[in-house]
Amino acid sequence: MVYDIEITDLYKNYSGEHALAGVSLSIPKGCLFGLVGADGAGKSTLLRICTTLVAADKGSARVCGLDTVKDFLKIRSQIGYMPQKFSLYQDLSVRENMQFFADLFGVKPKERDARMARLLEFSRLAPFQDRRARNLSGGMKQKLALSCTLIHTPAVLFLDEPTTGVDPVSRKEFWAILKELKNQGITIVISTPYMDEAHLCDELLFLHKGKVMMLGKPDELLAQYPYPLFKISSSSSTLTVPKSVALPNGIALIYPEGGNIHVAMSNKNLRENEILSLIKPILPKAESIEKIGPKIEDLFIYLLSEKKES
Amino acid sequence: MNYSIETNDLTKKFGSYTAVDHINVSVKQGEIFGFLGANGAGKTTAIRMLCGLLTPTSGSGHVAGFDIMKETSKIRSRIGYMSQKFSLYPDLAVRENLRLYGSLYGLDKNDLERRITEMSVQLGLVDLLPRITGSLPWGWQQRLSLACANLHKPQILFLDEPTGSVDPLSRRNFWELIQSLSEEGTTIFVTTHHMDEAEYCHRISIMINGKIAAIDSPQALKDQNRCDTLLDAFLAIVEGGGR
Repeated sequence: MVYDIEITDLYKNYSGEHALAGVSLSIPKGCLFGLVGADGAGKSTLLRICTTLVAADKGSARVCGLDTVKDFLKIRSQIGYMPQKFSLYQDLSVRENMQFFADLFGVKPKERDARMARLLEFSRLAPFQDRRARNLSGGMKQKLALSCTLIHTPAVLFLDEPTTGVDPVSRKEFWAILKELKNQGITIVISTPYMDEAHLCDELLFLHKGKVMMLGKPDELLAQYPYPLFKISSSSSTLTVPKSVALPNGIALIYPEGGNIHVAMSNKNLRENEILSLIKPILPKAESIEKIGPKIEDLFIYLLSEKKES
Repeated sequence: MNYSIETNDLTKKFGSYTAVDHINVSVKQGEIFGFLGANGAGKTTAIRMLCGLLTPTSGSGHVAGFDIMKETSKIRSRIGYMSQKFSLYPDLAVRENLRLYGSLYGLDKNDLERRITEMSVQLGLVDLLPRITGSLPWGWQQRLSLACANLHKPQILFLDEPTGSVDPLSRRNFWELIQSLSEEGTTIFVTTHHMDEAEYCHRISIMINGKIAAIDSPQALKDQNRCDTLLDAFLAIVEGGGR
């Protein structure tokens, strides 16, 4: 197994705050690797260390077999990085931005033109190639930024929340592009606040306060969800969880989800009609109950709720 | 019926390009109204007109009872606006940003300190008051931005993608706060790309290419499009709308 990214016991502090507190992981070539975590969990810091923009305080990181400290220049020519904030030139056109980055990476003119044509088609930005970046919609900006990271055909892509602020349709298109890139053999490390996107990854890392909370394939992580989970719904209204109400015994977690309520039961012996009776006093509009399998969002909420209590 | 927000064929053109095309929206006091659409559909332009920040090309609108063409300063004192790009001062402390915004919205010293305390507690900012704003993670800056928009207890809160990249737990906390504001009578006019959040709205509208393509409750839109989730309904409406 060839590993494109190898991280060993990484630590990083910012003014006394632990951004990373002992993270270790290995990402194999061709993997679509997802990073999830609460805000401030350390995702951007991890990406910045891998992309050689920031040095760790302790530990090591290797990308494409090269050390991020000693061989940072070599690494930079082999990777692509898309930071959280749109960082291209607003007053340059789509085409001009791509040419600029091609030149920065030393892509030869003939090769550059061929790659640009391919990328413009791939990202469906060809009809807008002369439009200035500032006049692009959010989704189009992200596609442009992605294209600029690909212009020098990197082996590894690091994407920091690339679909934030992007509408659902454009998000769907963006992920279709990522899947094509993965099929071409590019290793992709992507942080995302969208749990449905997290499920599309080959492997996931849940970071919390700079530490690894969970690491593995999405379905394997979901299999570790400890409670039976139920969806409570009403045909007539969106249900809301009442605040400052004591939870009945046997309920571990209760939270809104897409107009319904999810209930995780610590008492695993109750049948559905019994659970509904238990819930009715605090949720009078509840009408029906259905057992469901947890999704990544449910797992995330469970993990963070655990952390709050401990 | 007195609407909190009401528009009549509201239109905005930039040269030959029509960004907002004869939209009709009526929002009741205390309603949580989700204003959705694909990127570039015209939502931010529409919100700017409603806040009195941009002059319409044609049509009309009233916000908090005042005309959006002629009475924009009266509107501005009654609304709070949280924009996509927050206008917080990154080198000021959290407390200083709150004081600045409270003062800008006309709160006197005593009211201001009281409201800062209330908002800090409600949004979990108490421990962060002395911290430098620019040093906070994105999600905390967004909470601060919401606090600043709400200090003067506006009648209507305009939230332009308030939760951005914030994690699911923090987003739920945001929405609990928004729901409690709505229950207190504040009208919430919000744009979001998180379709699970749009489910918390009483009604939503979907803009496509400057026009309103659909406007109804989340449940009705799901039923009409035979979808289980609002995400699927949104995709059906937007992709079906010839995008």
